[in-house]
Amino acid sequence: MAASGNRNEASAGGAPSLIGSSGDSLREAFGKALVDLARNRPEVVVLDADIAGGTGVHHFRKAYPERFYQCGIAEQNMMAVAGGMAATGLVPFVTTFAVFCLRAIEQARLSIAYCRRNVKIVASHPGLDVGPDGASAQALEDLAAFRAIPGMVVVSPADPLEMAQATAAIMNYRGPVYMRTGRSPARRVLGDDYRFELGRGRVLRDGSDVTLVACGVEVARALDAAQLLDAQGISARVVNMATIKPIDTELLVRCAEETGCIVTAEDHNIFGGLGSAVAEALVQTSPCPMEFVGVQDVFGESGEPDELAEKYGLTGIFIADAAQTAIKRKIAR
Amino acid sequence: MELKTIACRVRRSALQMIYHAGSGHPGGSLSPAEILTWLYARELGLDPARIDAPDRNRFVLSKGHGCPALYAVARHVGLLDPGQLSGFRKIDRDLQGHPNIGTTPWVETSTGSLGQGFSAAIGIALGLRHQQIAARTYVLLGDGELQEGEIWEGAMFAAHYHLDNLCAIIDYNKMQSDDLNANIMMLEPLREKWSAFGWQVIEIDGHDFGQIEKAFGEARETRGKPTVIVANTIKGQGISYMAGNPLWHGSVKLKPEELVRALRDLQTPEIDIEGYVNGSIW
Ligand SMILES: Cc1ncc(C[n+]2csc(CCOP(=O)(O)OP(=O)(O)O)c2C)c(N)n1
Ligand SMILES: [Mg+2]
Repeated sequence: MAASGNRNEASAGGAPSLIGSSGDSLREAFGKALVDLARNRPEVVVLDADIAGGTGVHHFRKAYPERFYQCGIAEQNMMAVAGGMAATGLVPFVTTFAVFCLRAIEQARLSIAYCRRNVKIVASHPGLDVGPDGASAQALEDLAAFRAIPGMVVVSPADPLEMAQATAAIMNYRGPVYMRTGRSPARRVLGDDYRFELGRGRVLRDGSDVTLVACGVEVARALDAAQLLDAQGISARVVNMATIKPIDTELLVRCAEETGCIVTAEDHNIFGGLGSAVAEALVQTSPCPMEFVGVQDVFGESGEPDELAEKYGLTGIFIADAAQTAIKRKIAR
Repeated sequence: MELKTIACRVRRSALQMIYHAGSGHPGGSLSPAEILTWLYARELGLDPARIDAPDRNRFVLSKGHGCPALYAVARHVGLLDPGQLSGFRKIDRDLQGHPNIGTTPWVETSTGSLGQGFSAAIGIALGLRHQQIAARTYVLLGDGELQEGEIWEGAMFAAHYHLDNLCAIIDYNKMQSDDLNANIMMLEPLREKWSAFGWQVIEIDGHDFGQIEKAFGEARETRGKPTVIVANTIKGQGISYMAGNPLWHGSVKLKPEELVRALRDLQTPEIDIEGYVNGSIW
């Protein structure tokens, strides 16, 4: 007893200031929304692998301790346990960092998706948005990997408002879902009248020369790009494609036909994620010049999210440049 | 029907299915025949008409490659029609090469990737307890399967949550795919490992119904921790030329004369043997 008391006194600043989920991050928005939404949904349980403070589900643990299951640092077991719990009628939200979802992807494939279990995999810390933890923690492959699993719905909301709405939507949807949240403070980009709908993209800003299709943190940057382009006399349409699978083909086809070229933007490898999903959707019916903004098939590194976005080409300027290229290719055709 | 008779018929059906499929794992389908027979004929008490009853007892075949034995038992307790066995591993038919909830809804979770069925069974046991449903969950593991790290993640988890509604059975046939466990990756001391992880450990002869009955009874009475039954078995049990020979792990193609020899080893009436081979009897 005395020893532990001494330990506290010995640390000069008292309690350490932990860097957990707080402020306007998407993980925080998810964690708080989950508490509200689960109030009248006793079948909702949460599984955590020792990082509740990082994923935002510490709010849930506090509100409903009897519905919170600590799984220890054992993601593979956690993922398949979630499948088993869903088999008894519960609705498990499995939470960890996106990169550790990759570690348990085979469990998500067999014990969740192949069994069509009503499990929600909610992944914080996606992409370069992770920042200083560096490449080992920056999942740039998760959208590609989870998108390739049959029946898996894949969602990546853009701001805290949409995160809350998407959390409600996936809770009401019956089936397996993979949803990205986000680590760093997220900009509010959507108006109070915004309504998220699973499987639907939304036009956030109209335009006629090019369409910028983005998800997650890149939506705010696509809006920046549209402003930059506006100053250059280019009218850019911005689409928030929060559901990557199933993708809103109807909207994409309309955008391809009306604006004639497309730029995608995502905090993910350029291979297999949103850009690939958009290209797949369009190439069969309305192929048009496309440019892909994303991480160019490399690993990230330590740094602040904004610095990394700059270095790896994810900011508005890069999206605007890609739009210029796409427009040139359109005109050359 | 006597349990021994059912187990014998399970072995016949399992080998017949593998023969007609042209592939499948015989060794690991033969070693757990008594355990599966006990589970489905005595322990689980499933009602085929109410197979989705929320309070049913659950069984998960975590060593999914042993499913010929599972399907055979299911046919002998009325969960499958005899004719369905002919579709094992065939296109457009129900009985997949590994258990699949999608085409056989009485299967509790799809398996085939070793280690996962154990975690899923733990999730089922936890989910039942969370909802205060008194049903029990059983899960059959291979011994080679124990080399998966996920098994030990799950072993810690089940003990941490005191899941006394969970009973794992290890089909301890001392062999895996390529060779003896001991030559691939040592498992011993096995009992000590499980008790160190916080489990109640019972060791039995997995072919002896008397010992099986007693072990399952003890598992039911155990409070505060999960139970593991270490069932010593013989891979290929019941077939003279397969027993104890790792080459019959599979996936193998059985020749007609091999099936006939196996059926004779299993005391199949001479008059029926032709029917098993040409598929007129299932
Ligand atoms: C994760 C995983 N790795 C590899 C395999 C391929 N495999 C199928 S059965 C088997 C050997 C299993 O040995 P054991 O668990 O002892 O089964 P049994 O002896 O009862 O047949 C292997 C390696 C698999 N199904 N799953
Ligand atoms: Mg074995």
